[in-house]
Amino acid sequence: MDIKQISPDQVVYFSMGPFNLNATIAYTWLVMVLMVLACIFITRRMTVSENMSRWQNLLESVVSFLRSQIRDVFGENPDRYVAYIGTLFIFIMVCNLLAVVPGFLPPTASLSTTAALALTVFVAVIAFGVLRRGLLGYLRQYLKPTPMMLPFNVIGELSRTLALAVRLFGNMMSGVKIVAILLAIAPLVFPVLMNALGLLTGMIQAYIFAVLAMVYIASATRIERERHDKTRNRQGDENG
Amino acid sequence: MDNIGLIGMASVLAAGLTIGIGAVGPALGEGRAVAQALAAIAQQPDETNSLTRTLFVGLAMIESTAIYCFVVSMILLFANPFWDFVISRGG
Repeated sequence: MDIKQISPDQVVYFSMGPFNLNATIAYTWLVMVLMVLACIFITRRMTVSENMSRWQNLLESVVSFLRSQIRDVFGENPDRYVAYIGTLFIFIMVCNLLAVVPGFLPPTASLSTTAALALTVFVAVIAFGVLRRGLLGYLRQYLKPTPMMLPFNVIGELSRTLALAVRLFGNMMSGVKIVAILLAIAPLVFPVLMNALGLLTGMIQAYIFAVLAMVYIASATRIERERHDKTRNRQGDENG
Repeated sequence: MDNIGLIGMASVLAAGLTIGIGAVGPALGEGRAVAQALAAIAQQPDETNSLTRTLFVGLAMIESTAIYCFVVSMILLFANPFWDFVISRGG
């Protein structure tokens, strides 16, 4: 990807008819293969004893971190959400972290990938909300606090999806771009420093994407949560 | 000045102004948010987890305005549609 190109979509390796195999698709496949192979190899020798492999330890800490975060946000059993949120988090994290490998173009630096991820969040919010509260119960929340707010609620739903996509794209693209610009003007040490900074940004962006997806889904299933909190607080009062 | 010069100059100026002015607001906002969050954590260290998570979500929201400006200026610099149009018309 040279300095004129702002998206890995523009790097085309192979073209057949209307279909282009661009760098986004190729590196997405690479990341998928890596993640699937890693999971297969790690979970083949799982053990419940104390001398587990360090890879199993890594996966267990990631999963328990995700579960605790989801439990904090939703205030309920995380089983229902951990698959979806975990997929988002781990995929984005692996893409962003691999950006330090020279020659790897992170798929998240392309607006098509991030728009697709944001659209899955958009659908997941509706799906979890309808599953949880029923169609009418879900649609009724658009009329709150007054029916006059209906257009603003709908616009908010759409604009936050857009924001989700552009935020991840902008952050990752800026990381790639800054390294490319520094390679042109000061190629000795500075690109490495910015790459190291990119590790931090990539991690934070993956976390933010996952947390925002959680918050949006939680707000669509909120009534249950308020009731849950109330009962929990009441129990706390009685106990305390 | 001919069209190519005008469009080039306007694009570069607009890109610089976009990111320059666009960074001021989010920077002030994020500074304020972090200062408040630090004060809150200093008061209630037990709530650090939920404060940090809320802070990150809020920072992401604030920062997206700066990111919009950045994306617009990158498009103006590296993938400028007006520039491509003028070049394709042969100036």
